[in-house]
This record gives sequence, C-alpha cells and structure tokens, in this order.
Amino acid sequence: MKEYAYYPGCSLHSTGREYDVSLKSVCKLLDIEFREIKDWICCGSTPAHNISKIVSIALSVKNIELVKKMGAKEVVTPCVACFSRFKAAIYDLQNEEGLKDKLKKIMPYSDDEIKVLHPLEIFSQDEILTKINNIKKKDLSGLKVVCYYGCLLTRPPKVTRFDECEYPQTMDKILGSVGIVTLDWSYKTDCCGASFSLTIPEIVIKLSADILNEARLVGAEAIAVACPLCHINLDGRQADIKKAYHRDYEIPILYFTQLVGLSLGILSDKLLLDKHFVDTTRLLSVNKV
Amino acid sequence: MKLYPDFVIQIKGESHQDINLCYQCKKCTSGCPIAYTMDYTPAQIIHAIRLGLKELVLNSKTIWLCASCETCTTRCPQEIDLVKVMDVCKSLAICLRIKPKIKEVPIFYKLVLTNIRFLGRMYELGLIGALKLCTGNFMQDVNLGITMFKKGKLKLLPSFTFKGALTAMNIFNKAKKVK
Repeated sequence: MKEYAYYPGCSLHSTGREYDVSLKSVCKLLDIEFREIKDWICCGSTPAHNISKIVSIALSVKNIELVKKMGAKEVVTPCVACFSRFKAAIYDLQNEEGLKDKLKKIMPYSDDEIKVLHPLEIFSQDEILTKINNIKKKDLSGLKVVCYYGCLLTRPPKVTRFDECEYPQTMDKILGSVGIVTLDWSYKTDCCGASFSLTIPEIVIKLSADILNEARLVGAEAIAVACPLCHINLDGRQADIKKAYHRDYEIPILYFTQLVGLSLGILSDKLLLDKHFVDTTRLLSVNKV
Repeated sequence: MKLYPDFVIQIKGESHQDINLCYQCKKCTSGCPIAYTMDYTPAQIIHAIRLGLKELVLNSKTIWLCASCETCTTRCPQEIDLVKVMDVCKSLAICLRIKPKIKEVPIFYKLVLTNIRFLGRMYELGLIGALKLCTGNFMQDVNLGITMFKKGKLKLLPSFTFKGALTAMNIFNKAKKVK
C-alpha cells in the first residue's frame, strides 16, 4: 500500500466532484491511499498571484507546511491550478532573491523538500501501469479519445517539470495502457480561457469552441482531461457554443480517472458520469462499455 | 503622452524580470490565445514599458485580459517571464487606483481574495452572488449556474474549517505589513 498526503483544493469538493470520487475509487483498486491534509486552505489560484505575490506564495507554502506536519514527503494535487501554484511557490522561494525573508515575516517555514505530484505522474509509473493492466476488466479499445492537458500542467516547464511542454504524452500513455486509442492533435496544451468563465465568458466560449472543433476534426469521440476548470469549461460551455457559433459538438468530456475506472470495471454511476453536462451514456453504449 | 523613464526599473525590480532583454521577436504575441481581443499585444506592452509609457500600460485592456496561461513565458527565447510582468502591472494599477478598462476582472480577483481571507476556502455560490452584485451582470450564465447546482457542482453552504479560516486571515493580515 502506497500512501500520499492529499490536497483536494476547493474545486474537487464542488465543481470537480466527479474527479475526486473517480480518482479515489481507482486508487482504492490500485492500493494507493490518500490522507487529506487537515485544515487545508485555498492555494489562491490565479487571482492571488495576479494581485499579491506574497499572499499567493504564503497560501501555498502554508499548505506545504501542513503536509510536512503530517510527516508525509509527497502531496498529490489533482487540480492543475493548485499543482501549478504549489510548484511555483517552491520554485520562486528557491530562485527569487529576498522572497524567503519576506515570507518569514508572515509565517515560519522549513527548507525540507516536499514533492508535489499530479495524479498523472503517479498513474504513469511503470509499476502502476502494470498493475492497471493486471486488474483490467473491460476492453476500451473501441474508444477514440484525445487527451487535453491544458495550460498549467506543463507550463512553465522549468517550474512544473512535467513531461514535454508543447506535446506531452503522459495521459496518452496511461489511457493507451487500457487499450484506448489516443489520437494526435494540436490542441493538447492550448488554453480554454480558465477563470474568464466567470468574468468574460465570450473568451471561454471562443477558446473552448476551437478546442472542441479540432477534437471533432481528428475524429475524437471524447476528450480526456485532468483539470476541474478545463472540464467545466469544455463540458459546461457546449450549449453556449451552440448558441454563439451554431455548432453542435456534443462531445463528452471525461476525467482520465473516469476512463481508467471504467476499464477497471467500476460502474459508471460510481464514477459520477451522470454529473456531466454532455451526456456520456450514448458514447459508452455505442462502445459497449 | 508623459514618459516615465523609471517605469522599466520599477517593473524590473518588482517582477525580477529583465525586460530590456526583449528583442521584439513577438513569439509571445503569436502564441497568446487572448491576443485577438487585446488592445495592445504582449510584445507591445513590453516595448511600452521600456519606453516608459506607464499610463498606456496601466490603462490597457491587455493587463486584465492576460489569462496567465504561461504560453509566452514558456516560449520567450530570452526567458522573460511575461506573466510575472503582467502580474506586477495589475497590482500596480490597483495600488494607483487606476480605473480598469475591464472592470469585471479585478472585481472578481478582489472578491476571490476576500472570500479566501475570511473562509480560507473558495465558496463558489457566494462568490458568484457577490460578483453579480458588484458587476450588475445579473442574468449572465443563470442557466449554467442552475444546472451546476442541480448536478451538485455548487454547494449551498460553504465548506471550511475554523482553523483554516483563522490561518488564512492571519496570512492576509501579516502580508499587508510586508512590502
């Protein structure tokens, strides 16, 4: 049994509930256990670093300190925004002059290193891939999917150190291991508009429409994602895209954990597939999942 | 337009980025997903900072339209972190009380920070309500919100812990005193 500290972040408790539930059910089958950080606080996401750098750093470092207090050495952050903020805080503290002194005026912290991991990094380890292969119950080889990584998993590469920054393969490798055909496409790391969904939705509608359009052009039946904000933009905005551009994509957007879960034989309602905006039942029935 | 020769030094000092390394290859601009709706491209903003056009930069739509997607930062051949430059411009514009060209964005950012300050965690429904009150966009995305609520993606009550909320408040209070 492998154990990790778990930082769900705000989204996994609300807009990205399916991600939280499906991730945990899959990990249970893979003998991976998560211990949620007690009294964790929000990482500040984009708004914090946009307005106050020191607040942004302090919020992330506070959570990292809580991980150390648990005695853990690795923390899993499924939300890509949280993953990016934690990594950026660690990087800036090491590389920016005077930042450590500023932070020390706000809170004490130690220099011990903590590894920040995205679930994709755990699932793509060879031993986990072998395990997935061994306990795989369903063949999903009929399914044609494109993997969408979004902005902050790979960027900036010197900070996140996650795969190749313009054309990552980690998710493709994981989904490929359960037989899913992952197609090549050029929008893997393009921006979906992120939090502009709340302020200038027109931007999100345009950018998400471009992503869905390319997915359709290469023949994808679904898009696999690894971030709750990308999910809500690509999934929840399809009705608005239809209204704005008269294009009806109806492409189901699934978390990669839901696809792995399906192949491991977890029932679709246990993976909360019914919580998506775009119906997933047709896709699954056509492919006999 | 008034020139502020020290502007580039100020931005450089706060962002820790040497903007003078920019040779205007415009890689940042060609990769920017939002450039299509900006009033000045990212490369023009960098150039304007070097020229000391402080008012133009801080009054631009561009600084508020940057989504922090990090494409420019990743691709810049001179390794200038443009997102950090945009961040500094935004906080400077707020400090100087410059009326933003796109009002919704700074209102949203400030509301998120207020939310974290008092609860320690994001309370989406409260945040959306406050955003509507502050911007007056009452009808925007009502249907989307209702569907999300029905699907259990928005919670009626905030989820937080008292200890977490206290920690967050403490961080904000102390950060105020750190320049």
